[in-house]
Amino acid sequence: MKFARDWPLYLVGSAVFLWTIIPIYHLLVIALTPQQEAVASGLFPKHPTLQNFELVLGAKHNMVQHFWSQLGTSVFIAVMVAVITLAIGVCANFAITRIRIKGGRMITNIALLTYLIPAAFLAIPMYKIMGAYGLVDSPWSLIFAMVALASPYAIWVMNQASTKIPRELDEAAKIDGASTMQIFRFVYLPLMVPTMVAIGTYALLLAWNEYLYAFLMLATESRLTLSVALGNFLAFDDAPWALLMATGVIYALPPTAIYYAFRRYMVSGLTAGAVKS
Amino acid sequence: MSSVALPAPAQAPPKKGLSEETFWGIVLLVPYFAVFALFVVFPVLYGIWLGSSPSAYRKLFADPVFASTIVNTIVFLLVAVNVKMLLALGLSAFFLQEKAWIRWLSVLFLIAWAMPSIPTILSFRWMLNPEWGMLNALLFKWFQIEGPGWLTERHYGLAWAIIVHIWKSLPFWTLILLAGRMAIPKDLYESAAVDGATRWQTFGYVSWPSLRGLYLTCVLLSTIWSLGDFNSVYLLTGGGPIDSTHVLATLGIRYLRMDQVDVALASIIVAMPAILPIVWYMMKRLSAEHTAD
Repeated sequence: MKFARDWPLYLVGSAVFLWTIIPIYHLLVIALTPQQEAVASGLFPKHPTLQNFELVLGAKHNMVQHFWSQLGTSVFIAVMVAVITLAIGVCANFAITRIRIKGGRMITNIALLTYLIPAAFLAIPMYKIMGAYGLVDSPWSLIFAMVALASPYAIWVMNQASTKIPRELDEAAKIDGASTMQIFRFVYLPLMVPTMVAIGTYALLLAWNEYLYAFLMLATESRLTLSVALGNFLAFDDAPWALLMATGVIYALPPTAIYYAFRRYMVSGLTAGAVKS
Repeated sequence: MSSVALPAPAQAPPKKGLSEETFWGIVLLVPYFAVFALFVVFPVLYGIWLGSSPSAYRKLFADPVFASTIVNTIVFLLVAVNVKMLLALGLSAFFLQEKAWIRWLSVLFLIAWAMPSIPTILSFRWMLNPEWGMLNALLFKWFQIEGPGWLTERHYGLAWAIIVHIWKSLPFWTLILLAGRMAIPKDLYESAAVDGATRWQTFGYVSWPSLRGLYLTCVLLSTIWSLGDFNSVYLLTGGGPIDSTHVLATLGIRYLRMDQVDVALASIIVAMPAILPIVWYMMKRLSAEHTAD
């Protein structure tokens, strides 16, 4: 009997399925429940409705009146963090692993050290220094903070990918008379594209998902990121939970879709990067 | 661009000052150094300076919330990290099975990691609401049980913060250990099977010896990162009830909101003797593994 032999697998499989799906299912159910009855009495919404999504997308409730500008801020910050992190990452990586500049090993170790320190412990000093720089409440404070957190990981993962590109390519190009920057542009960059996709996605999602830093550094309501706007719902005792969940669903969709789209790159980037036995 | 191979000394290396390569190497490192100096080194120095008054430490150590936070943090780390890693170790064996439905399940399983944490944490928070949440509603409907205040009692609150934390990060570690298992040569398993090894013997003599190093790396990394998990506690319980569920990652923010910046920084600085040795050891370990390739 196939079933008799495989039942432990089915048992584990069902547990994994339920464990994964319950909080997400609950999120969706509440998002589809009319606001007046955000009390979930059963497993299914009694009167499922898209009314909450209408309110959010139309910015027709005072809790979501800045939805579109907050979405814009989130997009702007995430894209800038990805672009700047990539630029800093490839430049530093090329200098360390292709030019093999002196002290490259030490730079890598410093980057790794920064990457390993939990970001939560750097948040308050970072917030205070942004105040000193006069950047608080500007999206650039968050962009620079996120770039500072993401670029060490970028350098670390890129270093591992780059050492797999044979040095003979650089040498051949050099013999053909290519300058250092031509090697950078025509030999190195094209071969680094898969890693850049992984790092770009990583940085984009890191910035989009960030709560703590955004909550410390941004203040003006219309220019918050969506993550902070979601957290701010909690400040009210009678928070409109259905609306909060609908906003949460909309907020979660883009990064989840991007993650799945680039999953293959992400997985190899991570397994090649963070952990290796 | 002539394709004729000229004899080498066509351009003798200009020995005055920097070579072209070194020049570009330095220029290309400038952006990283600038970001590192402005947004890592300066904040750290500024933070140390702000948190250097002895009175801040006196206030911190006199605060009963600090003591309970230390206890919470240790419990959080011990339980969350070990439960998560053991589950990940077991699940990585499950996901190794070559069946179509298990492959689909692994894609779904990843969603907790792929999704931003805030919506799901808030989903948990509402689900656990003692009066209006789905959990207590269903407990009452199905079993006529009056569910407790899941987030308004310290032990339940901390337990749920741990569950939320595990929920979020379990897929990541399962994936890493799965990659570790997939790197074990298949013929080792085949010869173990030929020798008539039981399931546990196969694990003990084949899988575990190959996974041990990776598992330790994962436990240490996960310890450091769990220590920095702000969202799971802050967005779920807010550190409440009456500041009884704070962990080190959220304690600083509590002082910051009370306008005690010096105490906030002191609370971070006192954690460093515990964190930095692990971070340092991990840096050495990962760096050595990297060059061993």
